[in-house]
Amino acid sequence: MSFLKSLLVYLCLLSALAAPVAAQSDPDTLRQLVNELAKGKYAETEQQIEALVATGDPIVAPALEALGAGSLYFRKSDGAVFISQKSGKSFALTDPLTLEAAGEAGKREVKKIKVNNKLRRVVRAALGSLTLMAPAPEVRKAAATAMFKARKPDSIEALDAAIAVETDDSVRLIMEQARAAAVLSSSSSEADKLDAINTLAAMGDREALSLLIGVQHASEGAVRDAANRAVAKIEKSLAAWDTAQNVWYGLSLGSVLLLAAIGLAITFGVMGVINMAHGEMVMIGAYTTFVVQELIRTSAPGLFEYSLFIALPLAFLAAGLIGIGIERGVIRWLYGRPLETLLATWGISLILQQAVRSIFGPTNREVGNPDWMSGAFDLGQMTITYNRMWIIVFALLVFAGLMLVLKKTPFGLYTRAVTQNRRMAASMGIRTPWIDALTFGLGSGIAGIAGVALSQIDNVSPNLGQGYIIDSFMVVVFGGVGNLWGTLVGAMTLGIVNKFLEPYAGAVLGKIFVLVFIILFIQKRPRGLFALKGRAVEA
Amino acid sequence: MMSSFLFRAMDARAGIFLAILGAAIILVPAGNLLVPESSSFHVPTYAVTLMGKYLTYALLALAVDLVWGYCGILSLGHAAFFALGGYAMGMYLMRQIGTRGVYGDPVLPDFMVFLNWQDLPWYWYGFDMFWFAALMILLVPGALAFVFGWFAFRSRVTGVYLSIITQALTYALLLAFFRNDMGFGGNNGLTDFKDILGFDIQAGTTRAGLFAASGLALAICFLICRAVTRSKLGKVLVAVRDAESRTRFLGYRVEHYKLFVWTLSAMMAGIAGALYVPQVGIINPGEFAPANSIEVVIWVAVGGRATLVGAVLGAVLVNFAKTWFTAALPDIWLFALGGLFVLVTLFLPKGIVGTVSAGWAALKARKISAAYEAGSDVPPASTPQSPAAPANLVEPTPSSNTPGPTAPQPAE
Repeated sequence: MSFLKSLLVYLCLLSALAAPVAAQSDPDTLRQLVNELAKGKYAETEQQIEALVATGDPIVAPALEALGAGSLYFRKSDGAVFISQKSGKSFALTDPLTLEAAGEAGKREVKKIKVNNKLRRVVRAALGSLTLMAPAPEVRKAAATAMFKARKPDSIEALDAAIAVETDDSVRLIMEQARAAAVLSSSSSEADKLDAINTLAAMGDREALSLLIGVQHASEGAVRDAANRAVAKIEKSLAAWDTAQNVWYGLSLGSVLLLAAIGLAITFGVMGVINMAHGEMVMIGAYTTFVVQELIRTSAPGLFEYSLFIALPLAFLAAGLIGIGIERGVIRWLYGRPLETLLATWGISLILQQAVRSIFGPTNREVGNPDWMSGAFDLGQMTITYNRMWIIVFALLVFAGLMLVLKKTPFGLYTRAVTQNRRMAASMGIRTPWIDALTFGLGSGIAGIAGVALSQIDNVSPNLGQGYIIDSFMVVVFGGVGNLWGTLVGAMTLGIVNKFLEPYAGAVLGKIFVLVFIILFIQKRPRGLFALKGRAVEA
Repeated sequence: MMSSFLFRAMDARAGIFLAILGAAIILVPAGNLLVPESSSFHVPTYAVTLMGKYLTYALLALAVDLVWGYCGILSLGHAAFFALGGYAMGMYLMRQIGTRGVYGDPVLPDFMVFLNWQDLPWYWYGFDMFWFAALMILLVPGALAFVFGWFAFRSRVTGVYLSIITQALTYALLLAFFRNDMGFGGNNGLTDFKDILGFDIQAGTTRAGLFAASGLALAICFLICRAVTRSKLGKVLVAVRDAESRTRFLGYRVEHYKLFVWTLSAMMAGIAGALYVPQVGIINPGEFAPANSIEVVIWVAVGGRATLVGAVLGAVLVNFAKTWFTAALPDIWLFALGGLFVLVTLFLPKGIVGTVSAGWAALKARKISAAYEAGSDVPPASTPQSPAAPANLVEPTPSSNTPGPTAPQPAE
């Protein structure tokens, strides 16, 4: 198994070498050199290995690896050398250079190339120098990383040789770390080990930590003390990184909550309308994305990378128009009766869900991620996925855009006027019914574009909206009705609190705690975190 | 004079309702047990169970109507109390299985054996005794409602805020009961019941008995609700519904009234759940789903808010429609239910019973006025009386029939 694994590693290395390498030699010469391995005694084999290494071509590495592992055979009939794997009664042959399958051979047709311990050491050193000195920095890096993981004491020499000639700083760092790991598992002097511990302590990640914990248990005296100190230091920095990672996850969850809740903050907060069909607006946005992507797939595959940008305005329009339709058709007859509004919009949400279920089917629909949304990068000890990062950015952009609309445009001015004093606004000539309809459309449209973003991280199914509706209400109520800043702070706080509770309480219990916390919080501040100040009192 | 007439009419309504319910309690089990199967009057056992289920739903609707119709508390979490009552009953039924479970453990229910639990959790103690379980059916939902209401009403959480946090409450319980560590069977809930009070739970006689018990519980709770709503306490509740602050300014401790009726309602919901579980044979966390609670509200709205009979009627009608639709046209059901929500709130705000009784009262008023006008032609001496006459003929809308929410929008 380990042999296969290392084969894979080399395959990766080879693919990393897609660009022609300076040291690449003539394939025929190489094959001849490899076939030479079948001949002669141990001493000659050693020279043959050195000849192979002298070519400096990493393509011979698999053959050498196989030689060390005892799976290099030669065919008696023509003396050709193969990597062989026993399968049943015969051997499956693999070409040692191209790594392509080369048929099978019977038990008696092939013979193992024998190696002794000395040769094995020679092979290992040869392999190390082959890859550690390979011309491409990625190959050297991968080799050093592999050696770090293997931590074999006998790789020290190869690493020393490689470090001496290494020019790339980042690769040299990895090599030094690999050397430190090897030193710690060898029987080197105490001073060397202390140096190695310092190197690893500077590294500061989880692998170094587990390695140092191993050292802690296996050694004594000064080495042990140094390991203890290093472990404590790494644990401290890792704890800080963990916190950072949790904050990041929390922000990510918070931005999802923000996206889902911000439309609700307008309809509920600004207009006082309980829209239970809000989640379905999110769902409509997600399904719009799905339809756009389907159309692109069938008619213009080249546009796929831009599908989300195309879906955004369409989702806004689709959800916004449906929202205006709901407002004009149902909600405007129910103003002043919030509980009835709640029931009627719940009915609308059932109808929309069933409509989507009838049209698109009850199963999940697949919405693809464009390339720029997939993948991840490392920041220190944190992993940051692109889709989460873009969703945070997008949520903040939507928030900023909405703030601009509400604060800087005439429409926003009218909306705020109607919110603050409906009758006075009407007296000033603002057409309050139109403002109501447009505001509701705006809130629904925002939910629609939230759906585009959420389609990237969630299952697109008819139940998509249901999962967000309670959370959205919690965010709006927690943040304070009628205040977008409250929604922002509420969403981020709930997101982060949720993620910090999760490691201690588990995801479900964490969520229950948050719900209970909000229930208790509302008792304390019935109007939310950022309550609108005013003299209004209910009947 | 007018008001005493109305009270008589309402008495008649309640009398008719109780008579129908009483007839059902006697006739349905009799039709199942006494009439031979070949007869067309035979009621099949599944129908008895189905109707028994409707009656427990009706009881739940009654509980919601009591708080929503009369006190203006729109609870979107009554399914939580219903399910808690159901779980209390389910725990009793689980303990009755004894060694007949798959693993044959005399004390531990099957799912605990499956999860490698060694001892019964403390909160399962006592549930092998029916009296204890019956007590818990009342106390657990009642205590939860009391604590929740104590905090909510004291800090004056009202209107939609209260609705949303009741929804959060049932959602939190839903999540909690899904967890296996809770010791309530997790996702699968409690099921596979064998017998109740020593009777085989699958037997036709037990089914008929459970139906009768559900009907009886409904009748008793109906009478309690009527007694509450027609007392002075009931008048204060209506005042709280229509003008909470004003009632408070008049010197009433609004939160005490609310807390009383809220806790009472939760206990009724618990009873409904407890009767529901043995009839359907399972209780699982799905019963806590917020959607269920909202559905209960629409039953009440369809039948008529603040008309106790309407809640029962609405629950039975909507659930009958649900049974029929989900069998005949499963795709249409959600459209129909959604449409019902929209249409009832838009066009039938008083519900079936409210609209019919208002229409009937209007008809009566017109007849009297017609009679009066026919009579008023003759005596010329009637002129001094005429200013007073319209005052007598004011549209006789009883306070309990006007769901008039005078509250302004919270946005102001």
